[in-house]
Amino acid sequence: MHELSIVTHVAKTLDELAEENHISKIGSVTLEVGEVSGIMTDYFEDCWNYFKVKHPLLKEAKLKIEIIPAITFCEDCKKEYETVKYGKICPHCGSEHTYLKIGNECTIKEIEAETEESQG
Amino acid sequence: MKVIELHKSVTESNDKDAEVLRKELKEKGVFLINLMSSAGSGKTTFLSKTILDLKEDYRIAVLEADIDASVDAEKIESLGAKSIQVHTDGMCHMDAGMTRRGLEEMGLEEVDIAFLENIGNLICPAEYDTGASKNVMILSVPEGDDKPLKYPLMFQTSDVLVITKMDTLPYFSFDLEKCTERVQFLNPKINIFPVSAKSGEGMKEWEEWLIEETRKWKE
Repeated sequence: MHELSIVTHVAKTLDELAEENHISKIGSVTLEVGEVSGIMTDYFEDCWNYFKVKHPLLKEAKLKIEIIPAITFCEDCKKEYETVKYGKICPHCGSEHTYLKIGNECTIKEIEAETEESQG
Repeated sequence: MKVIELHKSVTESNDKDAEVLRKELKEKGVFLINLMSSAGSGKTTFLSKTILDLKEDYRIAVLEADIDASVDAEKIESLGAKSIQVHTDGMCHMDAGMTRRGLEEMGLEEVDIAFLENIGNLICPAEYDTGASKNVMILSVPEGDDKPLKYPLMFQTSDVLVITKMDTLPYFSFDLEKCTERVQFLNPKINIFPVSAKSGEGMKEWEEWLIEETRKWKE
């Protein structure tokens, strides 16, 4: 629902990074997107392609998305299970006392960049 | 090209802006409340009642960010509170940068309590830190007691849940006890205030919380 604004926040973080590290060009950006983060990856890519041409630093940057599978942990039986398949209720013991262990995040994992040093 | 590892959250730039804003507001003694709810939850009526009850003792300001809120801004000003309409152009949430611009435009001199009326939905606003001192969400009785099951993040990130339109309870199958239980399961530390802005029921408890938190913030 707010993919475009996430793109603008990523751009802001990368702008700051570029200034600190004298980066002149970014070739690719790898994002780790949790399965239940609520981000639609198709739509996110459209937003990225729309935005990047307007942003000099990202003009040639390819977007790579790695999906992180969502895992839920059960506090009662201490077992883990696939969140998307079973939801809130633990399939091992039927408990409701479960919490999402991973799968809600959206992080910038790494970028490929050209710095002024690496050029010269 | 060389690979640079970051492992930074995509909202990190916003989180940083929010921390800076929160610190500035603390120094200025402005208690900012991020008010989140669905459209039609009675947010403006609830705010109006709060302003009427507290305006003698506190200087109150309202940042209207809801897309359909131009009418609301006029209503709030007629009560004697400072108000500004933020044009969000269809955005689904407010972030720290937008909140800052709105507050700066309005001016923070002579303000004790500022309310940010966030965009009316229970999904996106929960994911962005606005720089507010506290997050307050509103759920109205007609919306139903199952909302904590559908929008868990909103209930998890809020410091306070205000349940509005309590005067309509006899007409809906809203189970207050069940709702409270569901909310506390998600967020054991949350403060819950069932109110009716129309009858005034429960408003005193909410206002006492607000006064106490404002006092703490200004220390």
